[in-house]
Parts: sequence; C-alpha cells; structure tokens
Amino acid sequence: MAEPGSGASAPERVVVGFVRALRDAGLRVPVGATLGFGEALAVLDPSQRTDVYWAGRTTLVRRPEDVAEYDRVFARYFDRIERLVPVTTEQHTLRLALDAEDDRDDGPDPDPDGDDGADDTPTLSVRWSPVEVLRTRDFATYSPEEHAEARRLMADLHLAGARRRSRRPRPAPRGRPDVRRTVRRSLRSGGEPVERLHVGPSERPRRIVLLCDVSGSMEPYARALVRFLHAAVVGRNRVEAFALGTRLTRITRELSSRDPDVAVAAAAQRVADWSGGTRIGEGLREFNDRWGVRGMARGAVVVILSDGWDRGEPALLAEQMARLHRIAYRVVWVNPLKATPEYAPLARGMAAALPFVDEFVEGHSIAALEDLVAVIARDGDGRRTGRQTGGRTGARAGVPPREDGRERTGEGAR
Amino acid sequence: MAEVAAALADHDYVADVGLATAIFLALRLQRPLLLEGEAGVGKTEVAKVLARWTGGELVRLQCYEGIDVAQAVYEWDYSRQLLHLRAAEASGGPVDEDALYSERFLVRRPLLRAVAGTGTAPPVLLVDEVDRADDEFEAFLLEILSDYAVTVPELGTFRAEVPPVVVLTSNRTRDVHDALKRRCLYHWIEHPDFERELAILRARVPHVPEALAREVAGAVEALRALDLYKPPGVAETIDWAEALAVLDRTSLDADTADATLGTVLKYREDQERVRAAGLAGVVEAARARG
Repeated sequence: MAEPGSGASAPERVVVGFVRALRDAGLRVPVGATLGFGEALAVLDPSQRTDVYWAGRTTLVRRPEDVAEYDRVFARYFDRIERLVPVTTEQHTLRLALDAEDDRDDGPDPDPDGDDGADDTPTLSVRWSPVEVLRTRDFATYSPEEHAEARRLMADLHLAGARRRSRRPRPAPRGRPDVRRTVRRSLRSGGEPVERLHVGPSERPRRIVLLCDVSGSMEPYARALVRFLHAAVVGRNRVEAFALGTRLTRITRELSSRDPDVAVAAAAQRVADWSGGTRIGEGLREFNDRWGVRGMARGAVVVILSDGWDRGEPALLAEQMARLHRIAYRVVWVNPLKATPEYAPLARGMAAALPFVDEFVEGHSIAALEDLVAVIARDGDGRRTGRQTGGRTGARAGVPPREDGRERTGEGAR
Repeated sequence: MAEVAAALADHDYVADVGLATAIFLALRLQRPLLLEGEAGVGKTEVAKVLARWTGGELVRLQCYEGIDVAQAVYEWDYSRQLLHLRAAEASGGPVDEDALYSERFLVRRPLLRAVAGTGTAPPVLLVDEVDRADDEFEAFLLEILSDYAVTVPELGTFRAEVPPVVVLTSNRTRDVHDALKRRCLYHWIEHPDFERELAILRARVPHVPEALAREVAGAVEALRALDLYKPPGVAETIDWAEALAVLDRTSLDADTADATLGTVLKYREDQERVRAAGLAGVVEAARARG
C-alpha cells in the first residue's frame, strides 16, 4: 500500500497517520486498537487494498454507525482523492430562551393548532427563599442564574425504575433450599448440616429509557430537561437517553460525563437538529427499529418528554406508540405544557399518542420532575388490565387529564 | 485468508471477504471476535462452523440477565459433597475439607471448560448474546478473556495452554462496555447480497432446485428493500426455501408466496405492508432474478 506523504514506505507511519485521520474525523480510536491494526497488517498482505481495509475495519471500528465515516476516511487517505482536511464539526450550543413569552410564538413550528403556550405564568415576585420558589417555578421563566441553581437541585433527584424479579436469587428466611451455603455452614459443625439455609427471589430496578424532545417548541424547557437527563444518566447505569428532533440521536454516552456542562455541551454537539422541527413518529419508529424492539425498551420504563407538537403524520405516531406500548413495561409521557390550567391535549400528535400512554405527567418545574421520579419508581400494578382494554383499542373515551397526573388517559384518537 | 473462506465454505458457511478476514485475524492474533448484526444473519453459526472446522470442542455460554459465576464458570456439586460427608461420618473417619473441595466435586461450567480444555485442538468458546448479561458479568468476562485463566480459590488457577478461540455475539440491545470491545476484534455482519445468499441456499439446502433458490433469494432481496420492521434474515430465507420445497413448488407464485409469508415475515404489520404493496411485485422481482 502506497503511503501518502513522504516517499519512504514505513507501515507504522501509514498506521499512525490513518488512525490520526480517523480521529480527526471524530472516531474514537484507543491506542490499543492502533496496535491491533498494526498486528493485523503484519499477518495480512499490506499491499492489498482489501486486506488493509478489513484489517482496519475489524480493529479500529467498534460501532456500525462509524463504518460510513471509516469508509470515507479510508477512501480519502489511501486514494488521495483529496487532501486530508479535518472534518469541521459544527458547534451547537444550547440557547436559552430568556423571555419565554415571546419565544413561544416565534418558534419554527408551523401548525399552531389550538394548543397555545400560555403556560408561562410570569412570576416576577421577589424571591426570599430561592430554593422553594425555584422548585415550583416554570423552567420557561428561568434566568441563567436560576438554571445554575436548578442544576444542584436536579443532582439530588435519584431516578430508580420500578422493580422487577431478578433471576439471581439471594439469601432468604424461606424459599428454595440453598445447598451451597448449607454445605459451607455444615463444615463448622463437623459436616452436620444443622442449619438449613434458603434462597428466595430478588428484585432489581427496571431499565429507564428517556426520550427528550429538543425541537423548537420545546426550547424553553430543553435546557432544563437535558440537565435532568444528565442527572439521571450519571446517577444510575441502567438509564438510556435519546434526543428527539427531526431525527433520533442517542446521547447516553455524551451525557455520561460527570461534569454537567461538559456533558450537556457534548450532547448538544452530537444532536444536529436542536430547535428544529419535530417528527416524533419517525423518531419513535427509529427508536423502535434500532433499539427498542431489540431489547432496550423491553420491560423498561419509557419516558417521553415532549409537548406533543408533531409535524409528522399522527397515524404514524399512534402506530409507533402502540409498538412501544406493547414491549415497554410502562410508557410515561411528560408534557411541560400540561401544568397550564386550561391545557387540553389538542395537539394532534399528543392526541394520537395518549391512548398508549400509561402515565401523563407535568414536567415544567423541579417539583414536577420530583413527581416524575416517583411515578417512574412506582410499580404499575393496574397496568396489566389497562393494557388489554385501554391500550390498542383506545376505547376509553375522553377522560380529561387531571392535575395529579396519575390517571391514565385514554382518548379515542385513532 | 482465502483459506479461511474456503474452509468455511467446506463446512457450508458462505462468508464474505470482511468476515473471512475478521476470522482469520482472530485465529492468527488469538484475539476474541465480537460479532454484531441483525438477528438471523448467522452470528452464532460462525462459532459452530469454526468448531467443526478446527475440530475443537464447541463450548457455548448463553448469556442472560442475572447470569453469575456459578452458571458461567464453576460450581461445587453440593449434593455429592453432602453425601461424601455422610459417608465419612458413617465410617467414623474425620471430615477432610480438602477432599471435599477437590476436582471430583467441581462442576465445570462453560468458561472453565473453555480454559481448562483437554482436547487436542483448542476449544471454541461461544459467548452468545453478551449484551443480555449485566455489566458486572461483563467485567468478569473481561478478566477471563485477558489472561485465559480461571482461579478457583480452593484448587488454584486453571490456565489455558492454548487460548480458546473466542466468539462473542451481541444484538446491540445495549452497548457492550468499551473495555470489552477493546479486547476484541469487531465485525458487523450485514445481510448478504443476492449472490452470497444464493450460495448460502445452495450450501445449506442443496435439495432445493436451483431455479427456486434463485427466486427465493431474489424475493428476499426485494422484501429487504421494503420498509419493514424486521427485514428477513438468512435464517428466514433458508426456512422459506425449505418450506417451498416441502410444498413441491418449483417456482414462486403470488399465491404460494402469500400462503408461506409467515416463514419470512414474523410481524403482522410487515405482512400487511407487503400484501398492501402487492406480492405480485415481489414475485416479479424474484422472477427477474430467477
């Protein structure tokens, strides 16, 4: 394989140079993988293009998503079609809507159907107890300083999924005999199994999947909610986070940094369509196809944080919600607009999705998120019956959402 | 490398150049191979074929949530230990703890079997659906895969003389930990293209007439181009060809395709979608390839 750059053909330089090119293009290539690539080339024929290609693919690429980028860099690097230029990654930063009243209307959402954003109760009162006031204040009315304060409060939210039976047994006063521990214990008494020990079933928390709408209409809330996602991802290891815009982006990895600013910035950069439109149905479809149905959403608590303004087809959204509802343990929809007294789920997307939502809750303030944490942790005991009747048929007509956010609304929207 | 592909083909596995290279490297560099891909593209099959080819014992560890050391590595045979204790007691002899924890009371689970293999060829260890196991187990697996040794506190360390050939598969229900990925070579298995799928059919179901096999491969190719929840995998293609052969069909027509659609498409929505789009189109595409 000819080496770009200097004339001397030193395979190590090709290896290192190519890896650098991959890193410049945004792939994560650990040092160990570089060594692996070198080893692989040593046992293959480095003068064959396919050998070099596959040596790199098996050692340097770890995720199918990276294959396309690998192919591009490979072609660029070894064909010298063009000079190697680092791919410029556009910096996206989260914008904060400072005066929320205006922002609500000039968002890029083209279908202002009914559901206007009259949620911003302009609380301009003097705050003597910042924490208390902040807990119940609508995120949309936050100042940057308040966002910073809210961050501390968010870090205190401990998200835990509802519990389920685990296959791993644990010691229990009664249950199946625990021969292993009985034998061990019997050695103390000279081989006589005096004490009979038992094991019983144990429980562990379910996986939680968070899908956060980051479209234009959600902008006043997105910043706070992404912080919430960060707190959730960092707090536990069985949480997955996605951003939902015109397309779906998995941001679990980006959010797993301990430093909230770093994490949120990384997530913001990863998501290419902040404050664009929303296609919740398509996003959900992608989630179901690529992650959910394969297992991520199976038996999990799935939380969708969105105002339900969807530019796509309501039928598609309903179909995908039905799929999700069939595999998830519980589907929770968090709508920041729901806090408004006169709110009714009139947005077409929201209406289409509601029949498949087990819990419909608010998410406009820290206090509301605290409630959400409680909802997520609760075992959905009434769930099984509801699933058969309410879910797919959507027959339970017109239950208006109550303030407590606990009932499972079922509007016949399909 | 061509050798690898040829050897796999001898054992009825048709690999493309990428997979053949990955397997070759895994064998030569003695590194574990992590395979990902859609369900039904033949990930598990790779390990089985490797075992048939190398003559090593196939040791399969099916992962699931909550799998632990007792099920994956070793366990003591407690009931036999108890019996032994009773016998020792009856004969009035002293209870010897060392005798109680000797190899004859050791139940060897897959990972220990793979490391302490006794055969002439190194065993092939298949760690299936590693994404289903929990993180703690993954960390444990990592430890074993880095030095191919298992320590049983009562007995000492078992170390593989020749490292086993290790194949891990994952369905990507969650990301496998980076540390584990770093240990492994990685290959994403794609759905095969028409020619390779046809070769697979010839190898796996040789009794299916050539013309029918071509049509089935063509029809599956057309189905995969549709927007389905679950595009058919190779396993489904083989099932379909076999079903048609059992029905004594020599070519594919719309009615038969309709009647046997359940062997390829396992979602009601997918079947409806294909029927709505028209099975005639699929059959036509198949005929074009036939």
